Amino acid sequence: MIEHLPALIPITLILFAFIAGVLGVMQFKLSRNVAMLGALAAFVLSVTGTIQVLQTGPMHYSFGSWPPPYGIEFVLDTLSAFMVLVITGIGSILLMFPTKPGFMIDEQKGATVYTVVLMLMAGLCGMVLAGDLFNLYVFLEISSLSTFALISLGGGKAAVASFRYLIMASIGGCFYLLGVGFIYFSVGSVNMADVLQLLPAVYDSPSVIGGAILMVTGLCVKMALFPLHTWLPDSDTYAPPVVAAFSAAVQIEVSAYVIIRLILNVFSPEFIIGLTPITDIIAWISAAGIIIASILAVAQQNFRRMLAYSSVAQIAYVGLGIGLANPLGIVGGIFHIMAHSLMKGSLFLIAGGIRHHTGIWNINDFQGLGRRMPWTIGAFTIAAMGMIGIPPTAGFFSKWYLLLGSIEGDQWVFVAVILISSLLNAVYFFRIIEKAFSPPAESTASVNKTGELPKRMLAPILILAIGTLIVGALNVLVVNELIMPVVEGL
Amino acid sequence: MSGFSSFLPIAAIIVSLIAFVLIILFDKKPNAREAVTIIAAISKFGIVFSMVGYVLDGRYPQMRLFSLSPGIDLALRVDEAGIIFALLASLLWIVTSFYSIGYMRGLSETRQTRFFASFALCLSSTIGLAFSANLLTFYLFYEILTIATYPLVTHKGTPESIKAGRKYLAYLLTGGVILLVAIVYTYQISGTLDFKPGGILPAGASFAELAVLFSLFLVGFGFKAAIIPLHSWLPSAMVAPTPVSALLHAVAVVKAGVFGLVRATGFVIGPEVLADIGAGGVMAILASVTIVIASLLAFRQDNLKLRLAYSTVAHLSYIVLGLALFSDYAWNGALLHIVNHGVMKITLFFCAGAIYVKTHLTNISDLDGIGRKMPLTMSAFTIATMGLAGMPPVAGFVSKFLLVEGAFADGRAVFGVVLLISGLLNAGYFFPIVYRAFFKSPSDNTGKNEAPALMLIPIMVTAGLSLLFGLFPDGIFHFFNLAQNAVSQLAGGIW
Repeated sequence: MIEHLPALIPITLILFAFIAGVLGVMQFKLSRNVAMLGALAAFVLSVTGTIQVLQTGPMHYSFGSWPPPYGIEFVLDTLSAFMVLVITGIGSILLMFPTKPGFMIDEQKGATVYTVVLMLMAGLCGMVLAGDLFNLYVFLEISSLSTFALISLGGGKAAVASFRYLIMASIGGCFYLLGVGFIYFSVGSVNMADVLQLLPAVYDSPSVIGGAILMVTGLCVKMALFPLHTWLPDSDTYAPPVVAAFSAAVQIEVSAYVIIRLILNVFSPEFIIGLTPITDIIAWISAAGIIIASILAVAQQNFRRMLAYSSVAQIAYVGLGIGLANPLGIVGGIFHIMAHSLMKGSLFLIAGGIRHHTGIWNINDFQGLGRRMPWTIGAFTIAAMGMIGIPPTAGFFSKWYLLLGSIEGDQWVFVAVILISSLLNAVYFFRIIEKAFSPPAESTASVNKTGELPKRMLAPILILAIGTLIVGALNVLVVNELIMPVVEGL
Repeated sequence: MSGFSSFLPIAAIIVSLIAFVLIILFDKKPNAREAVTIIAAISKFGIVFSMVGYVLDGRYPQMRLFSLSPGIDLALRVDEAGIIFALLASLLWIVTSFYSIGYMRGLSETRQTRFFASFALCLSSTIGLAFSANLLTFYLFYEILTIATYPLVTHKGTPESIKAGRKYLAYLLTGGVILLVAIVYTYQISGTLDFKPGGILPAGASFAELAVLFSLFLVGFGFKAAIIPLHSWLPSAMVAPTPVSALLHAVAVVKAGVFGLVRATGFVIGPEVLADIGAGGVMAILASVTIVIASLLAFRQDNLKLRLAYSTVAHLSYIVLGLALFSDYAWNGALLHIVNHGVMKITLFFCAGAIYVKTHLTNISDLDGIGRKMPLTMSAFTIATMGLAGMPPVAGFVSKFLLVEGAFADGRAVFGVVLLISGLLNAGYFFPIVYRAFFKSPSDNTGKNEAPALMLIPIMVTAGLSLLFGLFPDGIFHFFNLAQNAVSQLAGGIW
């Protein structure tokens, strides 16, 4: 049984997606509960898998017992365990958020929404676990299509945003697939471990270098790395809150993970770092992205749009970590995946909750909200501290590792970038905190007297916010056990 | 010198964290809420005081909790310098708590729960950074202190206070990130962040590396220590309620910056290395300039709290100057001035607050004859101003004497002269207030009208402490011995 674990995680999700869909037609409430159960089951499997990996080392699973490189292989090592933990864990918490404010749909109409969400999670888990480049592409498309459908639920402008996403994601997917083709023609295999063995013989071949560049570029689109981020601000502004949270907190991170995977386990660091300028380019465009997206975030009045630009900046932190290409930098990048998913998940749910509960979406209207919803704004403050990087939140520690990596690589420009970005984060988050904790303005006081968010909305928000503190305190455990083993080879 | 495992340091931090939670829970019950503050303040002081004996014997209570980063623990270690700061902060928290209750109720301030809760959090982080055993732990508490003070600065919610809050954050968060670079760089150079008397840098570090590192530390801490030109958040922050200005902007927050410099110069970079790269001169000149300019600026302030704020800027640089001189006397004086300036300046702020609560006056030019209405308050005020001007038998004399002695003994008379001139300037901007208060006749004759006992007693206590530390520098709390031991630790063959 235990040896089937790598495959069981996505399969469980797909199975429950099917059940949730069938039940959704009959009774919606049941579909929601089944979906939550499915996500939770996948999370439990991920935890079990992680423990197993920590005890006995990486697990390899061959579908139908066809041995790789001929059959389909799934690999659960510490890094993919880390990622499935993030996907299924954050996914389970996000699914707790009530349907109506979370997906902006009426319960009767949305029979299949939970099917699509579980398919999205399955697609993301598949991308993480796939042991070959082509199946990774298949799962990448599953996740893209699910996201496309989910974004469109936002109605109105979301339809345009979703179409935009579809086009950009398809272009990204095409680039990636083209790259895979190049690699396949060069070495005759798509199995990651196999490719790693075969590539050194053809390192100087232009088609390998071209393939690597195409794959990474495609993934940068999916990751919304500046300047290929243009689809994200719209989709994160108009998509339903839970979908925006999924996209910003989990989905773009998975693409970042794939890039790390390619560097470490497919092309090998000697090739990518030593023979191509890919990591340098990623580092510099990430640095530019961090600053520019942060400045754009400062300029926003719409809370959701501000969060969207903040996501572009934050995913560029991960990009910067990758680009630094030294162990501490990559540790910072990978750790930031977990930190950012907790903080941004919480923030998008807060945005959705406040919007649904009070109708407020403009930052200027937040005046006096702190008195009315102390718990929500409290959670917001914790998450905001994480984004700024105030200890002991998780966000501080990703900044810490990134700084260690930058100084180790003698990259003082990146040190400055990280610091300036912290201050810009402080500007746009404290702007809201300042408003929220000011006494309510005379004019708005009479308009809306709604109090705290309902407990059902508050629960996932608080879990995620407190999670940033816990993950911050336990960062050494995560870093030493899950992240260090994979970057040691650098 | 040895350490032993103890729960006391962590208990001292946690006490006010628990209070923080309870204060929020008792939102609707002001009396229970204030009781929590008082009990927490007294137990915190008790715990800190109980460690004085150990530290005097050279046995440091310490505690390692868990790892913050591979190889760096969240670790606490109570040494002489740390306990001096912690003892001062926790002692004055008790007095300030009583005073705050009188002040906040006297003015019927709103949002008192937020006020007392933030205060408790500030004290937790202050004690935390005093007891930190390494730079990362220190930084953690240092940043929490910055954030926890923000709600206090913006307490009134007026446009003016919000503006002051922004300035406060802009300055202190900038200082915070620069400090973070200094810490990361230290780790890169030396592979450790544990404080050690005499410094932790390896012998091979180059001049450029050391100069960069020192500058980062100086600027990083310089914001909180209000070294000119990084000081201007402090006068703006005076918009906060007076108890905040008194404890946080004269003792806890600004001294955290100064204390950071103590750690950076004595326990990270090390006096020897600093002397090699000529850093002492830079620091001393900056501090001297700050002392003179801030004193001159103080003359121009008609607002009493602003004048006190500029005086604080000047006196913080007394301490910085003492650290920069790198000699036994000067360091001894610097460490003592942390304490002495604390008790004297808090007295002055308390007086300013008492005057405000009773008369709603904030400007010095309106204070004619206030001494006849509030004789006890203004007597305390007079004692504290004498101390700040460096006159015996008030506490300020002792630390200033040591600082001047340090400057002259080391052949750097010019800095001694700066200190002496500053004493005159202090007298120049403080004594006219005293003159106005006692020798000019009031505009109205309302008779005696002292502040309520909850405010008056704290004023008497801190004025009394100012005298006590002047007459018996080692009295009760052993500040003098602690400072001397701290210096001899550092001196170990250096001076």
